Amino acid sequence: MKKKGKSKVRPRTPMSMLDPKERAKMFSEVALGYNLKEAIAEARRCLQCKKPSCIKGCPVDVDCKSFIRMVAENDLHGAFTKIKETNSLPAICGRVCPQENQCEMVCKLCPTGHPIAIGRLERFVADNYYASTSCEEETGSGVCIPIDENLKVAAIGSGPSSLTLAGFLAARGVKVSVFEALHAPGGVLVYGIPEFRLPKSVVQREIESLKNLQVDFLCNYVGGMTVSIDDLFHQGYKAVFIGVGAGLPKFMNLPGENLIGIYSANEYLTRVNLMHGYRFPEYDTPVPPGKNVVVIGGGNVAMDAARTALRLGAGNVKVVYRRTKGEMPARLEELEHALEEGVELEILCTPVSFHGDEQGVLQKVVMQRMELLEADESGRKKPVPLEGDFFELEADLVIMAVGTGSNMVLTQTTPELKLNKRGYILADAQSGETSMDMVFAGGDIVTGAATVVEAMGAGRRAAKEILRRLKA
Amino acid sequence: MLPAGDKSGAGGMNKIVKKRVLIPDRVSEMTIEAPLIASKAKPGNFAVLRLTEKGERIPLTIADADPELGHILIVYLVMGKTTAFLDTLGEGDSILDLCGPLGRPTRIKKQGTVVCVGGGTGIAAMHHIAKGNFKAGNKVVSVIGARSKDLLLFKPELEKISHSVLVSTDDGSLGHKGMVTEVLEKYLQNDPEVREVIGVGPVPMMRAVARVTEPFGVRTLVSLNSIMVDGMGMCGSCRVTVDGKNLFACVEGPEFEASKVDFDELMMRLNAFKAQEQISMELFKQRKQS
Repeated sequence: MKKKGKSKVRPRTPMSMLDPKERAKMFSEVALGYNLKEAIAEARRCLQCKKPSCIKGCPVDVDCKSFIRMVAENDLHGAFTKIKETNSLPAICGRVCPQENQCEMVCKLCPTGHPIAIGRLERFVADNYYASTSCEEETGSGVCIPIDENLKVAAIGSGPSSLTLAGFLAARGVKVSVFEALHAPGGVLVYGIPEFRLPKSVVQREIESLKNLQVDFLCNYVGGMTVSIDDLFHQGYKAVFIGVGAGLPKFMNLPGENLIGIYSANEYLTRVNLMHGYRFPEYDTPVPPGKNVVVIGGGNVAMDAARTALRLGAGNVKVVYRRTKGEMPARLEELEHALEEGVELEILCTPVSFHGDEQGVLQKVVMQRMELLEADESGRKKPVPLEGDFFELEADLVIMAVGTGSNMVLTQTTPELKLNKRGYILADAQSGETSMDMVFAGGDIVTGAATVVEAMGAGRRAAKEILRRLKA
Repeated sequence: MLPAGDKSGAGGMNKIVKKRVLIPDRVSEMTIEAPLIASKAKPGNFAVLRLTEKGERIPLTIADADPELGHILIVYLVMGKTTAFLDTLGEGDSILDLCGPLGRPTRIKKQGTVVCVGGGTGIAAMHHIAKGNFKAGNKVVSVIGARSKDLLLFKPELEKISHSVLVSTDDGSLGHKGMVTEVLEKYLQNDPEVREVIGVGPVPMMRAVARVTEPFGVRTLVSLNSIMVDGMGMCGSCRVTVDGKNLFACVEGPEFEASKVDFDELMMRLNAFKAQEQISMELFKQRKQS
């Protein structure tokens, strides 16, 4: 379907993907990325607007217009430096940001249906950066700033918000120590997002690049338990950033929900991603087997879980969602990838009970059909049960991807931290400052579950404020 | 490959400074150098450890902590691949990853008589709680049970901090012949001053503790041992039904009011990975032999 008068616009340069049938059996990254020719062709479509809106669409202020111009001119080094000025994790953002809701949504070409593929270009530029790790290239600044060992900042949690904060501050001479509770740094980038969407080697590369800026990563430190915020100030840290993520997976409080075979998406994905359970018994951690898999929820995590189950040999994988396809919170791209690979969709229904055998092993899910009422004042269509309309799904594995709540490990041991009603940390929207002096917070532990790049934006804003205070 | 961080960070290299075999090939204790954990660990806390790059994470109760020496004590029963591997380590070896303290500590206040019930390896975990109560000025009565006299752990240690140590063995080789809960019941009949009972041990024992104390109306806690992955609230593997609510043993426990716990469900969920656990153990034995 052509839109009137817009047919002149050259379409987006497609990106090659692994074949759906092939990839559904393996964990290799699905999207293969542009080559140089494709990247330059795509970059040349950019209108180089006088008043670019793409930059405003980016939570971490990437100067999209400039870096795209540099790609068009085949100046990849310049493009990388330009991105790194504001974004510490370009290879990750190029993969997992919902660009269609951010930079690409506000691109002047968006109304044509063919906005510049900014995410793909960002990924290309970052992936092509293999060169030296000199200070200049790491920081995007022409001058190497020596790290001041006395100007110390601690970040609790090593997910996207802390990594961004660390990158920003280290590039400006501040010594950053990142404290991670698990045995490997990266947070949700490592335990949550699967290999086929974000290869662990990409995360590793971004973390190595931060280590080159003398950022320390200390594992097995549980914020609030192994080390308290007060301890950190006593150890000479001048500011503390809390980026511990949300974490606590939600369940639905339905009968039979604790049967063997029902897992939170967090548990399922952690067993596979962080613990490498897909290589059991070479690795010790087992992954629950599943032939008939039902994933409950309609977000990106649900898609990740469904596609993972498929790769682990499930006979069929159904994603069940109580609204319709149009209301699903998952990125369209993720949903499409899942469907291409063979994931089935069961919309307008919700589980009401789970049933198992005498050993407590799950056998089936009873589902209730739903219908959607017209949108209320909240703007969302409300799903309501269709009285008496039930059906059953055979299932030996159910994955609950219905969101997360606030993790209280740090907050319950730090009573000085003010929380909102849902247990998330109250922090200033601009500076990230909390109720404690020189303690800042950002990411999911402030907003509840959100995107990687939103957490990065919060990390960047907090870093700016911390730097301002340290230099004041 | 996962990104790597510095693991020596958590206060030392997690070196095993002392190993003592309590029951040959079954139960041992290890004193581990972990100054940060030792400085924070309270009775009731646990730690999560991982032994190799391909290893799983398992929770173990901290049986004692010495903040001055920077040592923690763990006691383990060899029951799966990871504990079997742990048992091959000795003094001078290190634990790859050691993370803690985790879980809510026992709420200890000065209140009078507290009865601490321990069964099997649970006696070791109970020891730290008993010690905490002793330090708080409570009269501690320890009730411990095992299959036979040789399998009773921590009796001398408990004698130092308890007003009395009551013993039961299945075979009658020491103390009362029969169940630990029979000893508990008898004690409760004779001492109306008991303020609290805490039980740590196998699930059937903890369930029996709950049943025995109920008619006496005495506050009773049990420390649950459900399967965990991260041990810090992230995965929900350890969820248990307590008073009809779905709670996470790692961050909302591990101690819960005994009468409210759904022990049948706990028992069932502990079997979730039985088949895989056997495969792991078999492979480990084969490799050990060759």
